Amino acid sequence: MDTLLQQLINGLTLGAVYALVALGYTMVYGIIGLINFAHGEVVMIGTMVAFTVIVALAGSGMPPLVVLAIGLLVSVLVCMVLGWALERVAYRPLRHAPRLTPLITAIGMSIVLQNVAMIIWGRNYITFPPMIDKKIYEVGGASFTNVQVAIVTLAALVMLGLIYLVHRTRIGMAMRATAQNPHVASLMGVDINRVIAMAFIIGSALGAVAGCMVGSYYEIAHYQMGFMLGLKAFTAAVLGGIGNLAGAMAGGLLLGVIEALGAGYIGDLTGDFLGSHYQDIFAFIVLIIVLMFRPSGLFGERTGDRA
Amino acid sequence: MNHLRIPGVLVVLAASVAVIGCGKKEEPKTAAPAAAPAAAAPAAKPEMVVKIGHVAPLTGPIAHLGKDNENGARLAVDDANAKKIEIDGKVIKFELLGEDDQADPKTGTVVAQKLVDAKVAGVVGHLNSGTTIPASAIYNQAGFPQISPSATNPKYTEQGFKTAFRVMANDIQQGSVIGVYAVKDMGAKKIAIIDDRTAYGQGLADEVEKAAKANGATIVAREFTNDKATDFKAILTKIKAKNPDVIFLGGMDAVGGPMLKQMKELGIKAKFTTGDGGCSPELIKLAGPASEGVICSQAGLPVDKLPNGQKFVADFTKKYGQIQIYSPYSYDAVMVLIDAMKRANSVDPAKYLPEVGKTAYDGVTGKIEFDEKGDIKNGAITVFEIKDGKLVTLKSEGGAMAAAAAPAPAAAAPAAAPAPAPTPEAKK
Repeated sequence: MDTLLQQLINGLTLGAVYALVALGYTMVYGIIGLINFAHGEVVMIGTMVAFTVIVALAGSGMPPLVVLAIGLLVSVLVCMVLGWALERVAYRPLRHAPRLTPLITAIGMSIVLQNVAMIIWGRNYITFPPMIDKKIYEVGGASFTNVQVAIVTLAALVMLGLIYLVHRTRIGMAMRATAQNPHVASLMGVDINRVIAMAFIIGSALGAVAGCMVGSYYEIAHYQMGFMLGLKAFTAAVLGGIGNLAGAMAGGLLLGVIEALGAGYIGDLTGDFLGSHYQDIFAFIVLIIVLMFRPSGLFGERTGDRA
Repeated sequence: MNHLRIPGVLVVLAASVAVIGCGKKEEPKTAAPAAAPAAAAPAAKPEMVVKIGHVAPLTGPIAHLGKDNENGARLAVDDANAKKIEIDGKVIKFELLGEDDQADPKTGTVVAQKLVDAKVAGVVGHLNSGTTIPASAIYNQAGFPQISPSATNPKYTEQGFKTAFRVMANDIQQGSVIGVYAVKDMGAKKIAIIDDRTAYGQGLADEVEKAAKANGATIVAREFTNDKATDFKAILTKIKAKNPDVIFLGGMDAVGGPMLKQMKELGIKAKFTTGDGGCSPELIKLAGPASEGVICSQAGLPVDKLPNGQKFVADFTKKYGQIQIYSPYSYDAVMVLIDAMKRANSVDPAKYLPEVGKTAYDGVTGKIEFDEKGDIKNGAITVFEIKDGKLVTLKSEGGAMAAAAAPAPAAAAPAAAPAPAPTPEAKK
């Protein structure tokens, strides 16, 4: 029982990070129907920038929490600019190109960003300086750290903020309108370019937050870390129904929990026929089953082919 | 296109003029990788360029180890060039062709073919067993020697290739030393084993499992991860429930570092052990205080304690910074190739390859001699413990100190013994 609880805690933390990254995919997809494969790299850049800022300020005598907050803020700002630039350089010129073209540019941008990061931050693993004193709590035989609590809380707050933004503000309304029908929205006076840029900027900001979380959770960063994370988050977005905000959150959390349980129990369930290295097939089997019965994901609406 | 070819033809012409002009007695240089620079100093001896290939992952999670290997080889080439070695009446200028195999078996074979096409005289590499084994078939076909400074999986030298050598002990030796150490010295009764599903990690983990079982320990969990993962909490939670005394990881430092931290967060009290891939300063850097008390082994003797090693450590640190793990071995591997060329008085792989097998070289890592398979004779294993953020030697098994005393009797060489786990145990 305590093992199950521990696995759920493990999965929840991982899932919160997946969910934040998945939101970045889903926002962009919901509005222009593009899968921004460079989003994982934006997350990685977010981690790296936060790392650089924190290391630079670590010796300045400021309280660790302030340093962490500045690191987070700078990384969010840098990623916002990066997201905006990505859209401007790689995707806007191809807005009316066939669907496959921006997909290829997205993969191209992902490779470019990885290599830029390799040049700037080197190819070695980077150790994130631990800014928060880790405290370990034990509840019912399962243990978790204050960092995990912070990650889940922060992720929940950020998601609530996003829901507010999309459903209660003018820009949110413009986003929803553009998602429904960009042409009609532009006829109603919505500046489509601005809305699309905003989707990239907000998605990248969320990515930066997720990047800082990953950095302080695992305390390591690497220029290739964004790839796998991005792939998992994309899977989470599809699982929840890509284009749907609540779906991305649910999908992320679900994927995290499935992965943890999969790795923990797949050996016992199959009599050690399949070991924990099959944890990924567990997640993907769930994905396939969901898509068989609900082709547009758990929360996906049945919409026609858009954009 | 045509105008591009002309300079190439000119270079070849110039090169052959230079060679013919200077060659007193023109040896039939069958496939010798000669490309003499046209501008040879007038009175000086003829110069010849010999290319040596080096392959290791220079990108990806263990790029730091790959760079370490390459730097070791580069230092060897620089040292050799400074000595102005003469072979067959020509001053040899060695050139290192460093390639990146991304620790990926597929890329490994592509790069291997590239080196064959570049007509290198020999190859030092690859770093991982998983890339070394498939590439070795290509080098074998091309007929030039390959010396791996770090591939420890036994299969590498069991394929019957005359061209495959390694300069450190293999996983059968290493696995049994760790397995026995865990049971006998650490008193472990229940052992959990994790491997990263690479040829190295899996191979070593299997050997540790065999040795531990043979000595009466039970394997309570056998879990798996991969060499790019960063989250191990799920498998660690499962292991925690089995309450082992010792956890062994068959994998690299990039996996071990975060794993140690997560073990601590989950409140796992078991001692952590790992093989040479995780026995590096990088592990200490990545795991921080969580690395205290880790027991790990390296295939070889502690370099800074060896007579020739200290100079290497000083030179290397001055030029490239901290040694990770294998750079002394890649240094020696290059030197072994050059030594064989000198004895054969030829840089033609067909001529000097037999000499590689007859090597008796005092390297920075100790005395290097090969058995008939290409494994190092009397390969040593050293067990370390991490104390106060440093690797501290606990004990060494096997191995012969260079320059010190006569080499140990060949009969005792564990490398020659095909029998698996229990062999070195008898030596204890």
